[in-house]
Amino acid sequence: MSFVFYLVSALTLAGGLAAILLKNTVHCALALTVAFAGLALLFLGLDAQFVGFAQILVYIGAVAILVVFAILLTRGSETPKDGVYSKHWHTGLVIAAAVFAVLGWAVLQSIRVLPYQTPAPQVTVMQIGNALMTRYVLPLEIIALLLTAAMIGAVIVAMHDKNGKNGKEAAK
Amino acid sequence: MNPLAAYLMVAAMLFAVGLAGALTRRNAILVLIGIELMLNAANLNLIAFWRYGPHPEALTGFMFAIFSIAVAAAEAAVGLGLVIQVHRHAHSTDLDAMNRMKG
Repeated sequence: MSFVFYLVSALTLAGGLAAILLKNTVHCALALTVAFAGLALLFLGLDAQFVGFAQILVYIGAVAILVVFAILLTRGSETPKDGVYSKHWHTGLVIAAAVFAVLGWAVLQSIRVLPYQTPAPQVTVMQIGNALMTRYVLPLEIIALLLTAAMIGAVIVAMHDKNGKNGKEAAK
Repeated sequence: MNPLAAYLMVAAMLFAVGLAGALTRRNAILVLIGIELMLNAANLNLIAFWRYGPHPEALTGFMFAIFSIAVAAAEAAVGLGLVIQVHRHAHSTDLDAMNRMKG
């Protein structure tokens, strides 16, 4: 494996670790952006240019901004007095470690049968478009419906107010 | 090291980090961040298997990853909308304090 792969992997994991360890929630969102950028670079390294750029557009461009908006709207950047970790954080850590142990064990066990170096696939955007319009047209339509429904649902959920004082609440 | 195994190990570590974040943090937004990290680790697995699989020209793992990104974006929008609404209702995003469904 090349030096670049190890560098980008270390960057991604460091970003992910910082995103869940930092105390200030805004810093967590910024570290999450670093992790997303590292993942986009990993996708580019895997010859999946389209997914890499989609990752940058969707995650860095939309999801990270959405997370920052949510943090600022909920005043989540203030560090709570009784710590940032939940009461049962030991259990969560043990579960995460156990899941990693199982996944790592599975990967290491199968290392002999995994394919080694294969020629890089030549995928053009035209092929992707053709596949989306022919074989994957039904999933594409369902995703379009899902995104529309999710967007309308998110707006309705976030705007709804019992006493109809949306304007006052939004201005607060 | 086998390149596919290296990518799978990175994805496993990222998944574990995301799971640890989702299970240990108190703030609901940080839990959503952990879930996003887990989804991204799954995407990395899909793309790695597509790249080193026997038939990359079939584009199956590739398409799966694209649809997974779209679903994750929808999930983030709805989840953060819910967090904002819960904060408006309970004036807190502390998950330890949210132990009942009834308003």
